Amino acid sequence: MDLKFTPEEIAFQSEVRAFIAENYPANLRGRRKIERELSKEEYLSWHRILAKKGWVAPSWPVQYGGTSWTPAQKYIFGQELAGAETIPLITFGLNLVAPVIWTFGNQQQKDYYLPRIYQGTDWWCQGYSEPGAGSDLASLRMRAVPDGDHYVLNGSKTWNTLGQHADMIFCLVRTNIDVKAQEGISFILADMKSPGITVRPIITLDGGHEVNEIFFDDVKVPAANRIGEENKGWTYAKVLLGHERSGIAGVARSRQQIARLKRLAQREFAGGRPLLEDHDFAHKLAALEIDLLALEFTDLRTLAAENAGKSPGPESSILKIKGTEVQQRISELLIEASGIYGAPYLRGMVFDGDNFPNVPQDTIGIGSEYLNMRKTSIYGGSNEIQRNIIAKAVLGL
Amino acid sequence: MDFSFTEEQALLRNSVQRFIQDRYSFEARKAILALDAGWSRDLWNGFAELGLLAAPFAEEYGGFGGGAIETMIIMEEFGKGLVVEPYLQTVVLCGGLINLAGLSAQKAALLPKIASGELILALAYTEPQGRFNPADLVTRAEKSGDGFVLNGNKAVVCAAPWADKFLVTARTSGAQRDRGGVTIFIVDKDAPGITRRDYPTIDGQRASEINFENVKVDGDDVLGQAGMGLAPLEAAIDRAIAAQCAEAVGCMRVLTDTTVEYCKTRKQFGQPIGKFQVLQHRMVDMFMECEQSLSITYMVNLKLDESDAERVRAASAAKVHIGKSGRFVGQQAIQLHGGMGMTDELNVGHYFKRLTMIDAQFGNVDYHLKRFAATGQV
Repeated sequence: MDLKFTPEEIAFQSEVRAFIAENYPANLRGRRKIERELSKEEYLSWHRILAKKGWVAPSWPVQYGGTSWTPAQKYIFGQELAGAETIPLITFGLNLVAPVIWTFGNQQQKDYYLPRIYQGTDWWCQGYSEPGAGSDLASLRMRAVPDGDHYVLNGSKTWNTLGQHADMIFCLVRTNIDVKAQEGISFILADMKSPGITVRPIITLDGGHEVNEIFFDDVKVPAANRIGEENKGWTYAKVLLGHERSGIAGVARSRQQIARLKRLAQREFAGGRPLLEDHDFAHKLAALEIDLLALEFTDLRTLAAENAGKSPGPESSILKIKGTEVQQRISELLIEASGIYGAPYLRGMVFDGDNFPNVPQDTIGIGSEYLNMRKTSIYGGSNEIQRNIIAKAVLGL
Repeated sequence: MDFSFTEEQALLRNSVQRFIQDRYSFEARKAILALDAGWSRDLWNGFAELGLLAAPFAEEYGGFGGGAIETMIIMEEFGKGLVVEPYLQTVVLCGGLINLAGLSAQKAALLPKIASGELILALAYTEPQGRFNPADLVTRAEKSGDGFVLNGNKAVVCAAPWADKFLVTARTSGAQRDRGGVTIFIVDKDAPGITRRDYPTIDGQRASEINFENVKVDGDDVLGQAGMGLAPLEAAIDRAIAAQCAEAVGCMRVLTDTTVEYCKTRKQFGQPIGKFQVLQHRMVDMFMECEQSLSITYMVNLKLDESDAERVRAASAAKVHIGKSGRFVGQQAIQLHGGMGMTDELNVGHYFKRLTMIDAQFGNVDYHLKRFAATGQV
């Protein structure tokens, strides 16, 4: 056992750091000061820079453009991205549908879709949750009825993230209603420009437009867009959900957020002293840091197991539960530390220097972020569902 | 970065596991606790034969040159077996302190005897007024000719009834809580002027209140440098904390596994109680605390040799986590076993008692949360 990086890993770290410093778009730096949603172009600009460098999907198989990085290198890469506070990459193509395509798709599908995902040509969104099918995903009802060389899709999908930008959607649909719920599901890809698709924004409690409901009204999709066999979609979806869970601990980003929290608590004064020196606050912060430290090493253990050839098992549900708990607690302490400045809601206001309210810059967006972070223990399989998974698959209960 | 164990480390774990299985069953342990002495010299010799007592010491002192990881492995398995013998006190804590503070002649005189099993040591550093602060010392050592005269009281000195010698902290200068002026003395247990009152602790081990009244100590029996004892003492305690975290992980693992097994077999309302979701989620929380505790135990054991500030931060973080997790896992294990969890006959309560003791040793959750917060780095 050894924590030290090898000279090669240290060199790699410098290479990544230098690349980000030289290539990260100037207009995206310090974007937290501007409280607004990123445009599609902004999201894609960073994606394309990484794609050009060959770093946009380090975990993909090498043959499709992945790297042969060791887990330590992937860890370093993630740390450097978080350290530079780069914008997130959109995960639905890169991490969700791509593994399903390369595992279960046919050659034509792999050849067509994977390069387009890699290059950022197609923006993907997900279509699995439905208004009546959340944690109990297999109860989904959206129908796909074969019609010649097409399927006709009818129904609706919800909690679709950033679908307003999407070119493509992957859907779990019901192709057989006469069998057990899990056995009548197929995995189908649809073009978002298909006639009959309507996107309705869902505004979340922070006022953001991050998710949508999508309606399918007699939407024709070529049968060639089905991945794998008809009615085997549930098996494929499980692979997808497995990928959604790994990497969800978000340790490096949380560490960055704690550094931000400490800067804020150093500047904020309580009773004539920096808030950071207030015992009650300092102890809450310390307890949080300690939990993050434990999580970091659980994450590293998972990474090491991966290195030894073990795929992330149901234990990775721990990373989801503990990771999101830490993220939520950070957002709580951020709004607590902001004090009265937890209140301003400046979303949509243009930061032009003159008319912008002169609130402390380091508190901007914290209120919204706190509201938004409540999603983390719900998405990707709620934390209660994750506990069910551990109970069944790890403890054998 | 590497999280794998070497082949030697894997073998070490196997041999400790086998020893515990063969000679330290729950029944065998019960018999040891019932002895007048409350520990087994026989098993201690068994540890010596396996090389466990020599594991952390350099080869020149009869050791095997092992590090924190070897100690961690041994302590985790000892935790599973609820070993009462004073490995932590004698080998990890006192051996570690001698290694950090001792002059080479002192190391040469003491470490080989610890390694061979013939010398049992206990660290007399806590005082009635001092709670967990090792610098808070009323015990004084006054210079007298070439030596010193010791006066004061030491509180809850673990393993003292079994020790041949004590390492005793005393103030040779400075005020009650000063960092400077702390001196460590090597004192025979039978030195004139020592009065010991022995008692069992809640986890079945033994401890003493010790009074030192005009106890004469030679100048040669100052461990290392007079007045400079606090820094090595703190480092040795942090290393003991790292080892104790591994022991706690061993205890938590057994409790979680035992509870899961019990809930699979215990039937109420016509079904195994493990089918109830409220209990399933509780057990998942226990499991997660075990895993997170193991992670933070790795963390502290890998950071012991970094700077003092890093070490303090790591040790206090781990102690906070282990204290909280240990209490949660222990209490839930009893709760889920129902009435049976309250009995002396079931092993669950015994692990719970050890975990309770561990939180109270070397500083509890609140103490280490303050100590961690005081390091304050980003």
